[in-house]
Order: sequence, then structure tokens, then C-alpha cells
Amino acid sequence: MSETFDVAKIKKDFPLLERTVHDRPIIYLDSGASSLQPHVVIDAMSHYYATTHANVHRGVYATAEEATILFERSRQVVGAFLGAVHPTEEIVFTKNTTESINLLANSWGATNLGPGDAVVLSIMEHHANIVPWQMLSARLGFEIRWITVDSEGFLILDDLDALLEGAKLLSITAMSNVLGTINPIRELAARAHAAGALIHVDGAQSVPHLGTNVVADDLDFLSFSGHKVLGPTGIGVLWGRRELLAAMPPFLGGGGMILDVKTDGFLAADPPQRFEAGTPPIAEAIGLAEAIRYIDAIGIDEIRSHELHLTTTALDALAGRFGDSLTVHGPGPGAHRGGVISFTLEGVHAHDMAQILDSVGVCVRPGHHCAKPLMRFLGVPATARASFGLYNDEHDIEVLLEGIDQAAKLFT
Amino acid sequence: MAELEELYREIILDHYRSPRNKGELASPPALRAEGFNPLCGDEVVVTVDVNGGVITDIKIGGQGCSISQSSASMMSASVKGKSVEDAQATIAIFKSLMSVHEAQLEVSDASPEEQPIDLKALGELAALQGVVKFPVRIKCATLSWNTLIQALGDLPS
Repeated sequence: MSETFDVAKIKKDFPLLERTVHDRPIIYLDSGASSLQPHVVIDAMSHYYATTHANVHRGVYATAEEATILFERSRQVVGAFLGAVHPTEEIVFTKNTTESINLLANSWGATNLGPGDAVVLSIMEHHANIVPWQMLSARLGFEIRWITVDSEGFLILDDLDALLEGAKLLSITAMSNVLGTINPIRELAARAHAAGALIHVDGAQSVPHLGTNVVADDLDFLSFSGHKVLGPTGIGVLWGRRELLAAMPPFLGGGGMILDVKTDGFLAADPPQRFEAGTPPIAEAIGLAEAIRYIDAIGIDEIRSHELHLTTTALDALAGRFGDSLTVHGPGPGAHRGGVISFTLEGVHAHDMAQILDSVGVCVRPGHHCAKPLMRFLGVPATARASFGLYNDEHDIEVLLEGIDQAAKLFT
Repeated sequence: MAELEELYREIILDHYRSPRNKGELASPPALRAEGFNPLCGDEVVVTVDVNGGVITDIKIGGQGCSISQSSASMMSASVKGKSVEDAQATIAIFKSLMSVHEAQLEVSDASPEEQPIDLKALGELAALQGVVKFPVRIKCATLSWNTLIQALGDLPS
């Protein structure tokens, strides 16, 4: 671990970690669902509302221009974080990952998919990367094919070329929000392209914790959410290659996405405005950019090493303390794994586990994690999921273990 | 934590560990309904035999947390052998017990005396009252009850 990575100092940047729950310090282990926000993000948004707020792309007065500049600068910060070549044209602001994928499905998908076509998904997808394609498939009659996983939680890629044959899109997560598995995105992109398909990556889990370079990985589309990457809720991103976005029709219609409107029709603006109907999330874009600056100042690679260290420590400690009575659903410790640990303890339902953990201040998520096809495939109705962020430390793992101990005692 | 002990009373844990009337009756003739809690993935299948206006048998299938499973188990024990009418009265009392929290949120100065609940009529089901301190778990406790209502709703009137 880097010597410059000072968790104690980082913790102080996150005001929510100062509070207590049930008279105990809060131990936040739910960054997979949503991250916390550092002061600088909250301050940037407050400062914008207090000093600059105006609608963007319209007014000529000073604050309107400043708001527009801040908003557009945020696009560049996001683009640079992803390694986008043309950030001003390739970064589309949406509401969240879910809306990004719905945009992709309803714009690119609706113009490129029909009977006889296929979209390839994996069984470990979040509902956000399943349901939009199912809704579209019901309308357009294309086929959805599934990559499955092995007993450790890795994708089974032996028959990928057969699945990709005749497919137009591979839409897949870079990191499972249930298993923690990190998928070989670069290999998947190469194999999709070799088969003549495009690749869309759901980066909701990977962008905040692993970092992403859309050029190095040779991607076509990427989605992620602001609130999982230390930013605010209400903003997401769809990145698409410039020429692909340029050929796509609008998704939502309204103000801001047009060049001209007449009684008999409209002319759509160029990307990214074409896909940003209505007043966009301005303060949220500014907050997201600030979050990315905060991450950049620490270094995404340093964050990844820290979280990998915590994950390995936690997996070893869980196995050591609870042995066979505790099952971790996902790969064992290693670099192929992100900081998401889904587990079940014999005799204790995940919902009860989460309730007991709450009583010692530990926040984890119980349930199916919006990945019911995967849960069915694994034959597990529900798991408790602890997920790490840069602000977690080994003490947090200790309290987690203490809580699991209590659950074990209560239920056995 | 006292509230947690309130929630996980011994009788609740007992019903969770040894659920009564577990399984599924052949349907038809049994009335059958399925309930889901999308929040946590709990699923319950209620099958009931009704003969001459009496619940002669009831079985509970599915899976879920200790609160949903014990509530279902206690429910099955409390309505089995009762007339549909009496069962519906029990359902109404139980549901009002579970809605106390929401009612108090709406009318903040309402005292408990103003919402009398016949805890005696509930028998061991009263053990579930600790759930109302955990609003998220109320849905767990009521899942099987709502599913029973749905199943009984299929009775010809």
C-alpha cells in the first residue's frame, strides 16, 4: 500500500462518517450501492447554488455564462477521467447508469436491432443492464443471449464466440455488484469486435473503484453513475464513440436537444446536447467533476490498492473466523476481484444479518442486489453485501466481524 | 440493544427455526396465492383448504428472513381451524398492530390509547409487535398475511 494513502485523513473528508447510529460510530460498508461524498463535493455544489446558479446554454448574463462554463468544464473533467478522445462530444450527462442504458437501448438499439439480431448479456448483470434490453426485445423481436458464470463466479467464455455470432452488441458489466468479479473487458471488447459486434460496458462498479480507459480497452459505449463515484445522486454518464453517437437519434425530446423546431418537425442538435433534453443536472455535474478531481488527487490506482488490501484482509478474516459456516459468493482473494463481498451465514437470513449489523453501526445491503437472474442461477435467495470505499479501514472490518459474531450467537 | 431483543424474541426465533405448517397443499382444491417482497427477495406461497366456511388446513411455502417466516408460521397456527370470518378478524387485528407506526407518523399526537388493539386476541402473534420499531421490516411481517388475504379473496362469495 502506498505510504501517501492516509485513511485517517481521508475519513475526515467525509462528513457523514462523523455521525453515529444507535450510539455507535457509523461503519459505512455500502459503497457498492452508493458512495459517500467528501466535503469538497458538497461545498462545490453549495457554492454553485449560492453564487452562480442559472440555466445553462441560454442566458447571456454573467451568471448564465459562468454556469454554462462550469457545466461544460465538468464534461471535460469526466472525459479526461475516462480517457475519452473527444470529451466535449462524447460525454452525455444522464440521470444515472440506468438512464444511460435506457438511452443506449432506445436510441442505438431501436435503430439497429430487429428480428434475427441478437444482444449478448451476462447472467451477472444488474437489472439496469437487463430490463431495458428485454423491454426493447419485446418490441423489436431480437434475441437476448446469456454468458453464464462458473462456480467461483467467473464468466464462462469458452463458448463466447458462438454466442457472439451474428450478435450486434455485447452489453456487460466490468465488475459484478454481487460477486465482485472483475471481467476481462479488454478481451471481451476484442472478441466482440472480431465478431462484428459493438461493446457497451456497465461501469457503475468499475469506474469508481478500478478506473477505466475507454481507448485502451477499445470500448464503444460506457455507462456509470455519479453517486457511486463520490459524486451526487441525479447524474450519470453515457460515453460513446463520437461517430456512433453522431449516428444515433435522440432519446428524450424537449428543450436543449434541438437546432430548430417548426410546426412540421424538428432538427436535432449534435451530440452530446442531442441526448440532453431539458435542463440538465447542472449542480450535479459540477459536483461530479469535483468528485473526480478529489479522486485524481489521491490517485485511482492508490484507491484500488487500498480497497484490494481491505478486500483480501476481510476475505481472509471471514474465512478464519467463521470457516465453513460462512459462504462468500464470488471469487477468492486476488487481483481479479473488486471490493464487494456478498456472504451468507448458515442459519441467518441476509435481512436479519443486515439488521443485526445495523445495531453495531455497520451499513451493509441485504437482498438480491438488483441481480435476480444471477441469484437464481446461483440458487441463493439473498445475500448480505459489504462493499468498500477508499474511506474504509481495517477497524471497519473488525466491527463487521463483531456484528456477524452477534448474528451467529443470536440465531444458533 | 433493547430494540433488537424486542425484535428477535425467543418465540419468533422458535417459529423461524421450526416453522409450523410448512409446505404446500394440492391446488385445486386448495386456494393458492403467491406473495413477493421485491425489497429483499422474500417469497411466500400460501395454500388453504376451506370447507364449510372453515379453514381446515393451511400450508406455507417459500423462503425469507426470520420475521417473514415466523410471522407466516404464527399466522398459519392462528388461523388453522378457525372460520374464515374469525380468521379475517385476526387478520384485521394483526394488520392494525403493524400499521401503528405509520399511524403515529401521520398523527404525531395520537396516543396509543386512541388506537386500542386487542393484543390478547392475537395470542403469541403479539410477539411481533417489536417489528413496528423497524419500519422496513413491517413488510416482512405482513407479507404472508397479505398473501392469505389474496388467497381467501378467491373464495366464491
